[in-house]
Amino acid sequence: MYQTTYHKAASVAEAVSLLSGAEDGKLLAGGHTLLPTMKQRLASPSDIIDITGIAELNGIDASGDTVTVGAATPHADVETSAAVKGAIPALAALAGTIGDPHVRNVGTLGGSIANADPAADYPGAVLGLGATVHTNQRTIAADDFFTGLFETALNDDEIITSVAFPVPAQAAYAKFPNPASRYSMTGVFVAKMKDGSVRVAVTGAGDDGVFRSSALEAALSSNWSADAVDGVDISADGLLSDIHASAAYRANLIKQMAKRAVAAA
Amino acid sequence: MGAEGIGARVKRKEDKRFITGLGKYTDDVELPRATHAAFVRSEHAHARIGGIDASAAKAMPGVVDVLTGDQLVADGIGNLICGWAISSKDGSPMNMGAYRALEHEIVRHVGQAIAVVIAETDSQARDAAEAVSVSYEELPAVASVEDALKAGAPQLHPEAAGNLIYDWEIGDKAAVDSALSGAAHVTRMEITNNRLAPNAMEPRAALASYDPAEEHYTLYTTSQNPHVARLVLSAFYAVAPEHKLRVIAPDVGGGFGSKIYIYPEEIVCLWASKKIGGRPVKWTAQRAESFVTDAHGRDHVTVAEMAFDADNKIIGFKVNTKANFGAYMSLFSSCVPTYLYATLLSGQYNIPAIYCDVQAVYTNTVPVDAYRGAGRPEATYVVERMMETAARELGVDPTDLRAKNFIQEFPHQTPVIMCYDAGGYDAHMAAAKEAIDYAGFPARKAEAASRGKLRGIGTSCYIEACGIAPSAAVGSLGAGVGLWESAEVRVNPVGTIEILTGSHSHGQSHETTFAQVVADRLGVPIDTVAIVHGDTDKVQFGMGTYGSRSGAVGMSAIVKAMEKVEAKAKKIAAHLLEADEGDIVIENGEFKVAGTDQAKTMTDIGLAAYTAHNLPEGMEPGLKEGAFYDPTNFTFPAGTYMCEVEIDPATGQTEIVNFVAADDFGTIINPMVVEGQVHGGLVQGIGQALLENAVYDDSGQLLSGSYMDYCMPRADDVPSFEVRHTTTVCPGNPLGMKGCGEAGAIGSPPAVINAVTDAIGNNDLSMPATPEKVWSAIGAAGMPQAAE
Amino acid sequence: MATVSMTVNGKAVQATVEDRTLLVDLLRETLGLTGTHVGCDTSQCGACVIHMNGRAVKACTKLAAQAEGADITTIEGLATDGALHPMQEAFREHHGLQCGFCTPGMIMSAVEMIDRLGSDIDEATIREQLEGNICRCTGYHNIVKAIQSAAGQMGSNA
Repeated sequence: MYQTTYHKAASVAEAVSLLSGAEDGKLLAGGHTLLPTMKQRLASPSDIIDITGIAELNGIDASGDTVTVGAATPHADVETSAAVKGAIPALAALAGTIGDPHVRNVGTLGGSIANADPAADYPGAVLGLGATVHTNQRTIAADDFFTGLFETALNDDEIITSVAFPVPAQAAYAKFPNPASRYSMTGVFVAKMKDGSVRVAVTGAGDDGVFRSSALEAALSSNWSADAVDGVDISADGLLSDIHASAAYRANLIKQMAKRAVAAA
Repeated sequence: MGAEGIGARVKRKEDKRFITGLGKYTDDVELPRATHAAFVRSEHAHARIGGIDASAAKAMPGVVDVLTGDQLVADGIGNLICGWAISSKDGSPMNMGAYRALEHEIVRHVGQAIAVVIAETDSQARDAAEAVSVSYEELPAVASVEDALKAGAPQLHPEAAGNLIYDWEIGDKAAVDSALSGAAHVTRMEITNNRLAPNAMEPRAALASYDPAEEHYTLYTTSQNPHVARLVLSAFYAVAPEHKLRVIAPDVGGGFGSKIYIYPEEIVCLWASKKIGGRPVKWTAQRAESFVTDAHGRDHVTVAEMAFDADNKIIGFKVNTKANFGAYMSLFSSCVPTYLYATLLSGQYNIPAIYCDVQAVYTNTVPVDAYRGAGRPEATYVVERMMETAARELGVDPTDLRAKNFIQEFPHQTPVIMCYDAGGYDAHMAAAKEAIDYAGFPARKAEAASRGKLRGIGTSCYIEACGIAPSAAVGSLGAGVGLWESAEVRVNPVGTIEILTGSHSHGQSHETTFAQVVADRLGVPIDTVAIVHGDTDKVQFGMGTYGSRSGAVGMSAIVKAMEKVEAKAKKIAAHLLEADEGDIVIENGEFKVAGTDQAKTMTDIGLAAYTAHNLPEGMEPGLKEGAFYDPTNFTFPAGTYMCEVEIDPATGQTEIVNFVAADDFGTIINPMVVEGQVHGGLVQGIGQALLENAVYDDSGQLLSGSYMDYCMPRADDVPSFEVRHTTTVCPGNPLGMKGCGEAGAIGSPPAVINAVTDAIGNNDLSMPATPEKVWSAIGAAGMPQAAE
Repeated sequence: MATVSMTVNGKAVQATVEDRTLLVDLLRETLGLTGTHVGCDTSQCGACVIHMNGRAVKACTKLAAQAEGADITTIEGLATDGALHPMQEAFREHHGLQCGFCTPGMIMSAVEMIDRLGSDIDEATIREQLEGNICRCTGYHNIVKAIQSAAGQMGSNA
């Protein structure tokens, strides 16, 4: 790891100020991407600003038709939250598939979606539910938030404060993990919203990051069943191909995970 | 057997320190004023080094020195060697390219060490290593054996034309060709044995210090065989003469073969410690370094043909194997695809004629050497894939085809050197079939089908040659060392006992099982017996632990030394008890006059021996004896493994739903320990079959160089196992032991692949059988790729 | 450089370390608690698992500075008053370790697993929950048995 300067921010305002004052500052939440990257000397931030101690970024609030999760809330808290399990069980279940128990004890929602790893799980829920990302500057709709591989709509000095998930009528996430990393090799989040609309987000498979599958959404809108997925032709175009899985195999996994998710929803 | 003797499930003595965090591994050792080493490594698979500029690095904070290969050569440090000479078919010696601990001219694999930075802290050393500027002229690279053997392929070493290290053969080619041409049936297969990265959980480490006053070196290192390390470091690398070098292998966190070898880093740390004036130099690998420096395993490409007569008896077996050696010949690399491989191609079967030829090939990849099983897993995979496939082709039950061809009489001389001394192959086959309920499989398959799952069963009957090895025999085959073992038994004046052994325990439980042998003979509690190992200053010499040799060879040496100690102790007891020596018996830690209550304790005997006030006329004081044991033959553990899988046709995901192992290891000292060895081996074999793959791209970059991409088996990848034992005692050593350390990894891969291919109805499947490969094979077999 | 204070195995400790120092390095090098091991650089093997404020975390993926004020337990602090924790006993009883390198992280993970999920835990759940701990020696068979056995023990002691 290269030399760096550690700061612990007590408030979002202080974090923003530290970030803007740093030559090349990075926010540190769970650290399970940032620190391994730094250990391998693939990142060399001049400053790291720890935001895990900021009270306003922590916590879960379920009221009405929305579940709001603070950006620095660990996955384990979402996984085990009675409020989340009651309102959006698919979200709690998804949190329980991220990494391993130690990762879930420290990894955070904000860190996951800000990093926008194409194989991360949370982007599936954020996009699949059409969540709203709240930052210190504005609100960003999920459809506008993810802009590519490790790319988001966030500005340099923008900090995610929370994510508001609308409570769906039905939803589920099915994940086929990469056998080595246990990240998502293909994960499909399906949701039937209370207005009857259907959203399907695919993570782990796209060569440009998480994406919505309009074909699956169309099929499931007219017939919310696993059978409806059978008739959908999933193209391998635009899907990732690597030593673990070809694009064609990922196309199959999208279909299979979509079926599993619909069946479980 | 006694509560703690041979055959008892004694809890391990070594556990206390490990479960409380008090184990002492190399990286845990602290020496005053230690410096830290970081290596500058090649980013390229093949390149000519134009220059190395360390000036910026030397000026960085905390940097003590930066050392390069030209300095190493100038100081007379020798090249790394391969210690087993193999000759080609034409009689020519193997073509060994020069392998330097630090390379300053041509690098031949990604990760090869070019320079070392010595600094006050590990972080400072790594910071400065990045500042060492190396200019490269990239050369074309080659990663696979097929490509390396092509005309016009990039050439690695001037010593090895066509990248060919040797083209070796064994057996009677004419007899095999004749069998093939006259056969009623020939089974032919192309078989790939995938490359593995060993991944002992403790990364390799070295802590070297030079004492200028005594001109003496000490090396703490992660070694399976510290004496061999000292020998090689002295005799070949000229780091220090043997009497001026102490090698200590403290607690070692797993080896699996990868810690047999003496690597560049250990050599460099020793050399560097003197170079910087005697301050200790410490290096601990990061896992990313382990992937590109620890010797890999396997990586064979094989074509095999097996001939059967009309009665389904094997009449001939022909095998051609191309073995990827990587960029350099590692310490024992040459014997792995030859004498540890082709000599086991007879399996458990009566095969009248076998011929095998092996081409050993350089590629721009990490050197390949012995990894758990070493040659024998590759042989077993070939034989047992062939047997299963032949049975399918012949339309007979795979277990029946095997049983029909089992060797029934012992000793049995195979056509490929080995003489099997004992075995009972029907017994472990029967045990395995019963354990897995073989007869009930069709019903289970049907039930799985009703759930949309494909269920398959696969068998593997492995044999291995262990107890490595008779020194004269291996010497005649080219080995540069003898493979005996030594032991010393010291009875202390108070009657406690220390056993000094040349074996090394890095997970094998020697501190417990070796003490059990003593407890069994003397009837003393194992807590009064200490096992001393892993330090060349304490133990005179030894060959270390690998090749499932520590029981059959290491313990045999202890038995021999014990016999000497007991003989002397009986003389002392007889003298003290005024009895006839022949009447003395050893019971419950006492030396008794048979049939009386007259007895002397171990303490009495120890005190008498060391006070020497009242010893038999002419007897030397003390009670300490040593022995060297050289085996007369290999040992031949064998067994039957059966695997049952269920596959989801929609994703190709394989689940192992049942796995049974029935092994014949001869005498078992501690069944708990032996079962543990089998469990671990099975998971390494299952890992090879389903998960693990060291993948290079065509340019020689390792694509699976971390746990993000190299799939280590985890707890939820595997089931619990049923392990059974059948026993034929090994006639070749005093305890009747065969060895158990490698069996699991040897026998399991073909059982798994035979089960998967049985389930999917497509035999064209290579390891690792990843979900995608299985899914594709299901599609290629024309089966529905979705649950019904 | 940063000065950090925390409680480690019940004792208050203070150390001055570089900002980039990992918690595992502080434990091993500054405090000499070498029972916590490092087996990978990608936060996967779990040899470094400790308890931080009651949660199992990978000490290789925490900066020492992040542990300011924290209550840390390492493998060295698991036994109380010389009595081994039931999980330690169970690993020995069931031969849940061979080379011992992964063992400290394995035991620390397992203790928290049972604390979190209770003693009525089945084999499949134990295996899933061990995703963040890699062992190369045991094949997990006896580790799973040890955890199951200790779970019962921990439950009956509660």
